[in-house]
Amino acid sequence: MSKIHLIIQREYTTRVMKRSFLLLTFLTPLFFAAMIIVPIWMSTLKDEKEKHILVIDQTHRYSNALKSNNTYIFDFIDQPLDEVRETHKKDKKITAILVIADDLLKNPAAATLYSEEQVNLETKSYIEGLLNEFLREQKLASYNIPDLDKIIQESNSKINISTIRWDEQGKEKQSSAELALIIGMISAFIIYMFILTYGSQVMSGVIQEKTNRVVEIIVSSVKPFELMLGKIIGIALVGLTQFFLWIILTFVLLFVAQFFFSNQIDMSMLQQTNQMAAMPAASMENVGNANNMLTVIQSFDFVQIGIYFLIYFLGGYLLYASLFAAVGSAVDNETDTQQFSFPLTLPIIFALFVAIYGAQNPDSSLAFWCSLIPFTSPVVMMVRLPYGVAAWEIVLSLFILILSFIATTWVAGKIYRTGILMYGKKPSWKELWKWLKY
Amino acid sequence: MPFLEVKNVVKQYAEHLALNDVSMDVPENTIYGLLGPNGAGKTTLIRIINSMTAPDSGTILLKGKPLTFEDVRHIGYLPEERGLYKKMKVGEQALYLAQLKGMSRHDALKALKYWFQKFEIQSWWNKKVEELSKGMAQKVQFVITILHEPKLLIFDEPFSGFDPVNTDLLKQEIIHLKEKGATIIFSTHNMASVEELCENISLIHQSKIVLQGNVAEIRASFSTKTFKVITREPISNGIHFELVQQVRKNDCLESIIKKVNACNNNTLLSEILQQTEILAFEELLPSMNDIFIETVSGNSKNPISN
Repeated sequence: MSKIHLIIQREYTTRVMKRSFLLLTFLTPLFFAAMIIVPIWMSTLKDEKEKHILVIDQTHRYSNALKSNNTYIFDFIDQPLDEVRETHKKDKKITAILVIADDLLKNPAAATLYSEEQVNLETKSYIEGLLNEFLREQKLASYNIPDLDKIIQESNSKINISTIRWDEQGKEKQSSAELALIIGMISAFIIYMFILTYGSQVMSGVIQEKTNRVVEIIVSSVKPFELMLGKIIGIALVGLTQFFLWIILTFVLLFVAQFFFSNQIDMSMLQQTNQMAAMPAASMENVGNANNMLTVIQSFDFVQIGIYFLIYFLGGYLLYASLFAAVGSAVDNETDTQQFSFPLTLPIIFALFVAIYGAQNPDSSLAFWCSLIPFTSPVVMMVRLPYGVAAWEIVLSLFILILSFIATTWVAGKIYRTGILMYGKKPSWKELWKWLKY
Repeated sequence: MPFLEVKNVVKQYAEHLALNDVSMDVPENTIYGLLGPNGAGKTTLIRIINSMTAPDSGTILLKGKPLTFEDVRHIGYLPEERGLYKKMKVGEQALYLAQLKGMSRHDALKALKYWFQKFEIQSWWNKKVEELSKGMAQKVQFVITILHEPKLLIFDEPFSGFDPVNTDLLKQEIIHLKEKGATIIFSTHNMASVEELCENISLIHQSKIVLQGNVAEIRASFSTKTFKVITREPISNGIHFELVQQVRKNDCLESIIKKVNACNNNTLLSEILQQTEILAFEELLPSMNDIFIETVSGNSKNPISN
């Protein structure tokens, strides 16, 4: 009759009901969603105010270039700058005075904007854009080649190399190296983060029980191993809960946001902002048009990757959490953990670096070996998986991982059993080794 | 057959021997005292009885059979260093710990209600443990220990941290538990409570049992053959005794005398009677406190073992 479920239940509920957990769980998706939504929303906010710009064009060449519209009103006047400045000093309606002193083709720096208040970047680049376009046309015209404009348009080409992977049956599969990289890095990073945060939660939980001395009462009712396992499983469930809530909430928020903004934003604007936001866009551009993109996304077996993610997450977490539990049991307080937890965090940090490197060279021997070594495989394998990994490698890697976490849990159980009832002296590595044999 | 037998238990830690061939028999339905200076090995022995640690050699028998995991559930254990989850509410925590001991939620709730009422601590139910004082938390812990009506109770220093009123309450409760059929082992430094509560004791010193047996017998065997005699007239040294001290108290005299040979008490009495009338005669037995100090500081003249 095992009472492990009681322990799991307590560990789970006390943590999930904590204010810090709720805050982190519900605020993080808000933050994710905000990162996507805010730039889009910002772009819908236009400076609706009318801009009135006086132009003193001393060359009289650019009246065709600067055409007024709803937002920008250009007024050409023929007075010296000082005079204009004097007469319009108190006139708040004038945004700026543009002075073009010379032929801009010969002297590109001849245009100057004068204003009482700082002219915003948008206005400046709008005027620059108009003048640039005008000058470009002028230049093209000066070559005297018919249809030059069209020729240039045609000579502009956009290369997009599509990558196609042969799968085992020899079938062609359209793939995207960029997308594989993104998916791999994100899942590797999440695993890395979860193992570290929840692993150290296990450790501090054990230390707390030990310093509270609750542990003595509990191990008089349940076996120490059950207590340790219950804690590890309970916290794993907390981690999974948080992860799924993040996914669900992010999607819900994005959906809601889309619904709200759908009236205001047309697709072109969304693409525009995407390009402005630059970070995801850089790779999206390479993927090509939206249609192409869809087939590429479909080429990833997300369910499969999701299942591997869960397996590697659990395997890696169990491997590390049991060791963290052992460390927690060996010391009396959190400040003493350094000596033991550092060698534990080292391999996982190393794994992250290998993952970053492996994302570009998924088949390098370093990435290969690190995806077999259980201490690094959960993180490194996640990076390699989207590129496609031979089945035997996955099976072998999982087999080693499962064997190892059984071994570490067993070892940790031994240390834990002795450690939780030992107070006072901080044990040495040698003593931990002896505890294994009690 | 003794209720609990500890047979030749040896426990070796890295550098020191915690228990060296320790044996003891605890009769059923008695209160058994486990005494010894700090670091003698009491807590280790208690943990071994509780199956929390395994002995290197030796066995623990419950009613003649080796202790099983199921038996351990019927032990109520109050550790010396007590603690609860600080952030958890008192009631919730008591329920959790009771369920870990194998009680159903329903039974645990019923029992908790009874004890919280008895100890008049119902108002603590929804408080977090960190809001309670140390003594209050210990009271809660005592309730948790005895909640599942264990047949064997082990208290490690139960009275430490309690005020006199609560100490007395606890003592009464312990006696009451014994009357209801429980067997109780308790370790303590409070020798007065040993005299008051325990039938038998074991004194552990430097990992070994140095003194064991019935409290009354032990005290008798440590007799210094000193008596208190109250008389009207002064008395003087006789053949069988010498006077240690004589004080006048109101209209009588209180004398402390020491027997000098192995005569029986009647011979001693008749010798005094020849001198004067005796109003009272009482043997001055050493207190457990004296015996403890004497034994532990190595001046034991009369170690017995039975």
